[in-house]
Amino acid sequence: MHDKTLTELAAGLAAGEFSSRELTESLLARIERLDGDLNSFITVTPEQALAAADAADAARARGEAGPLTGLPLALKDIFCTTGVRTSAGSKMLDNFVAPYDATVVEKLQAAGTVSLGKTNMDEFAMGSSNENSFYGPVKNPWDGAAVPGGSSGGSAAAVAAGLVPAAMGTDTGGSIRQPAAFCGITGLKPTYGRVSRYGIIAYASSLDQAGPMARTAADCAHLLGAIAGHDLRDSTSVARGVPDYTAELEAPLSGLKIGLPKEYFGEGLDPDVERAVREAIRVYESLGATVREVSLPHTHYAIPAYYVIAPAEASSNLARYDGVRFGHRCDAPADLTDLYKRSRAEGFGEEVQRRILMGTHTLSEGFFDAYYKKAQQVRRLIRQDFLDAFDEVDVLMGPASPTPAFDLGAKKDPVSMYLQDIYTIAINLAGIPGISVPAGIVGGRPAEGRPVGLQILGTHFAEARLLNVAHQFQQATDWHLRRPALAEESL
Amino acid sequence: MALEHADVLRAAHLARLGLNDDEAAHYLDDLGRILAMVDQLQTLDTEGVAPLAHPLETTQRLRADEVTEPDRRETFQRCAPAVEQGLYLVPRVVE
Amino acid sequence: MQWETVIGLEVHVQLATRSKIFSGASTAFGAEPNSQACAVDLGMPGVLPVLNEAAVAMAVQFGLGIHAEIPEVSVFDRKNYFYPDLPKGYQTSQMYHPIVGPGEVEITLDDGSIKAIRVHHAHLEEDAGKSLHEDFHGMTGIDLNRAGTPLLEIVSEPDMRSAKEAAAYLKAIHSIVTYLGISDGNMAEGSMRCDVNVSVRPKGQEAFGTRAEIKNVNSFRFVERAIAFEVERQVELLEDGGEVVQETRLFDPERDETRSMRTKEQANDYRYFPCPDLLPVMLDQAYVDHLRDNLPELPADKRARFQKALGLSAYDAGVLSASREMAEFFEQVKDVCGDAKQAANWVQGELAGALNREGLPIQNSPVSAPQLGELVARVIDDTINGKAAKQVFQALWNGEGGSADEVIEAKGLKQVTDTGAIEAMIDQVIADSPAQVAQYRDAEPDKRGKMIGYFVGQVMKASRGTANPQQVNGLLKEKLDALC
Repeated sequence: MHDKTLTELAAGLAAGEFSSRELTESLLARIERLDGDLNSFITVTPEQALAAADAADAARARGEAGPLTGLPLALKDIFCTTGVRTSAGSKMLDNFVAPYDATVVEKLQAAGTVSLGKTNMDEFAMGSSNENSFYGPVKNPWDGAAVPGGSSGGSAAAVAAGLVPAAMGTDTGGSIRQPAAFCGITGLKPTYGRVSRYGIIAYASSLDQAGPMARTAADCAHLLGAIAGHDLRDSTSVARGVPDYTAELEAPLSGLKIGLPKEYFGEGLDPDVERAVREAIRVYESLGATVREVSLPHTHYAIPAYYVIAPAEASSNLARYDGVRFGHRCDAPADLTDLYKRSRAEGFGEEVQRRILMGTHTLSEGFFDAYYKKAQQVRRLIRQDFLDAFDEVDVLMGPASPTPAFDLGAKKDPVSMYLQDIYTIAINLAGIPGISVPAGIVGGRPAEGRPVGLQILGTHFAEARLLNVAHQFQQATDWHLRRPALAEESL
Repeated sequence: MALEHADVLRAAHLARLGLNDDEAAHYLDDLGRILAMVDQLQTLDTEGVAPLAHPLETTQRLRADEVTEPDRRETFQRCAPAVEQGLYLVPRVVE
Repeated sequence: MQWETVIGLEVHVQLATRSKIFSGASTAFGAEPNSQACAVDLGMPGVLPVLNEAAVAMAVQFGLGIHAEIPEVSVFDRKNYFYPDLPKGYQTSQMYHPIVGPGEVEITLDDGSIKAIRVHHAHLEEDAGKSLHEDFHGMTGIDLNRAGTPLLEIVSEPDMRSAKEAAAYLKAIHSIVTYLGISDGNMAEGSMRCDVNVSVRPKGQEAFGTRAEIKNVNSFRFVERAIAFEVERQVELLEDGGEVVQETRLFDPERDETRSMRTKEQANDYRYFPCPDLLPVMLDQAYVDHLRDNLPELPADKRARFQKALGLSAYDAGVLSASREMAEFFEQVKDVCGDAKQAANWVQGELAGALNREGLPIQNSPVSAPQLGELVARVIDDTINGKAAKQVFQALWNGEGGSADEVIEAKGLKQVTDTGAIEAMIDQVIADSPAQVAQYRDAEPDKRGKMIGYFVGQVMKASRGTANPQQVNGLLKEKLDALC
């Protein structure tokens, strides 16, 4: 059952081929067997999962099953879950059991899904390799020497390894799309404000957005429909109707205007990745799309602008971790300042401290205009680049990441790690949606190698269009069906 | 804008991160390189461009003035490191 | 040298919302520690603020009340600093785009003239929690019930020139916010607190002197005393050739002095930036107009109306419009009795005196406005005389009788105006007082006026106070003079 898509599993449940309990038990057993090495979960919750599965089976027996009832999934450990530790991958929250559910979690529960547990991640979602987790790195299921990407690395790896058919991630600068690309799955970052951020531990509030990670675009469409919508608890969530994201999946692509940002095919792009992406574009042409080159002239300012804005917001968002009301508290503080300084120095890992320092510095007196204000001005220019491009074309396409998954420990220098996000980061600054779909495997035999992700971008609230465009690609290709050797193992 | 050791110590103090000198030196090196990358922003002319704080630039929805949150002190304080008589405890605050 | 004092005030007003500015927790005063601190107030991981519509409306009402500009867009910023009573490590406030722009508050000076104090702006922010320093084994206890209570911070220009002006300004703000019903104005519970900026300069000098900020002064009286002390301190310092240091000071009401707060080891740097969890607040004209149309009459307008339409003196109009309760009481008395001047005299005279003696606020007056109105009406229509009126008032104050008419009836205080009855009493008094009549007759005519008092007293006594004194006086004079 582990190799099926969410849509296939839903059909199996509906047809009575298996129960949610059977499905849940089989996946829990698989996690038990494979995840020790993979490390994609921080917390597995078998008891809660089986109880939810039984409830789902009972609902189905009463004739009350919805399209997602009984389907297992996993949650990035950044979504607060009542009664289950929510760590954000940090020692700071190693002992934190949230007294409330994130709105996304509430909605998924209401839809009848079954959470198997909380997945590993870069601490406070800061990272592109999942190496910044207090709970240790996650391995890429395709190649144990490679990173799964980050920060939603655990979610991507768990789906790719067939431990769950889908998982929830968050994306602040590429944290859904880049690990999806590295692990050969499909990951959607919705428009900023499409999905409530309530109960999601904040990294950078004006950039964070939750989204689904699954095998196919169709699966992502089902999940997005379940989690999207305005939330009274998040005033930045948008009051706008939620369409049926599955309705347009089958629409033909003839006449689709695709733009290729020339800045996304420049220096630094791995030739194998470029070859795979260009091949994918040719597939689209064969489906009736037209392709033209466009320019996003401020692309190269996106990473600098992001590394001002995101750390600034983070430095403030993470001030609440002070050892007073929850989270790590140092032993025997001498005084108040000692309590703060030691609790925070002990509780936060290196990358988090680095970004807190960075954000604190750029916001401080004398630097604010040169950094923060400037970055916000650049943010407007970057957003305008996209809006201008979408006057000309329907979607933009390019690589999700300049390289396939790199090796664990390969990027010691923070700046070189940051540059990994060159194709994903501007999307968060602009607030537009983006999806990464598997588009190739490079450097090995089919079941090894390292996957390549094609990134498709649309204008604000164009998720239905993105999902349609991604789905049509998946109807014409089988990259999304390829499995790493690990996932082929069955019990 | 060159970063100095004192800047790192100042930021660490403002952010209440206890760093020893070695750690501060390590971060000085990292932050120096990150800021050098960030300084590319200075090459762009943004004269007259309004700062963008938020990707959607819309107004916010307000909530009605209703008391909706019950007393959940016990639950909330279950994850607190030190409480007594319903109060969170910290080392004595000197006014 | 002659010195001039320059004062600016930052007044923090707790808004009378039911729930907090960014959460649905109650704002009620005096609850068990932390029982009204919800996940948002505690700054728990992942929670988000949602702005209270009533806080916005109240802030705008205040702005309209001081004829301020109401900007179309206002923005919340984060003020970042660590303190145990500040759970998120930042205070959500408005630094660059406040909800209320420049406006003006009028105060009445001692000579009855009116001075306008400019308000620089007013902004919304959240209150912090409280630190309790009782002994918890050498620890401090933190209560976050107050965290997230909406505050309107009203920042004046440095337009005040004396402690009295500052107190008058604070009273004016108090009366505006209570008139509007946007705050209970209870200073003892901390619903209104203020920071006072004080500097002195040689008279005639234009540049401001260096100022000291006195934090958290929480009564009208303390504001005056704190300023008085601070001015004296600064003048002495300067006259001794010293310099005023720009610093934050605390007022100690017990010692009646201000003293420097220990300066933090490093100056704070609040790193303000726009709060990414809150989009800008945009107020459309229709909304502002709606609030404007529904604004109650404010003290300044009321004062002007009392003077112009009701013919009260500037002083009376000022006193009677100073608080919403006072004005409402007065207007009710006036409506019942139909005479504004009489109503004003009674409210400020007999009633205010009695309330002062008992230390009661007017809203707790044992004599209600309708009761007092009826009493005044009976004086005006000559049903009772002034002396009887005082008896009636006392009876009503003591709760003897439901209305003035009831008391008059029960005590038989109705004024006797029947000439025949009064004449009969006069004749009796004259007959009973031969010695006094003889003295009267023998006296020089210009001394007789004084001597008539005795006869008046006797007649009033005979009538048990109910005779009309003017009438008695006239008739007596006629009769006695006829005897001469």
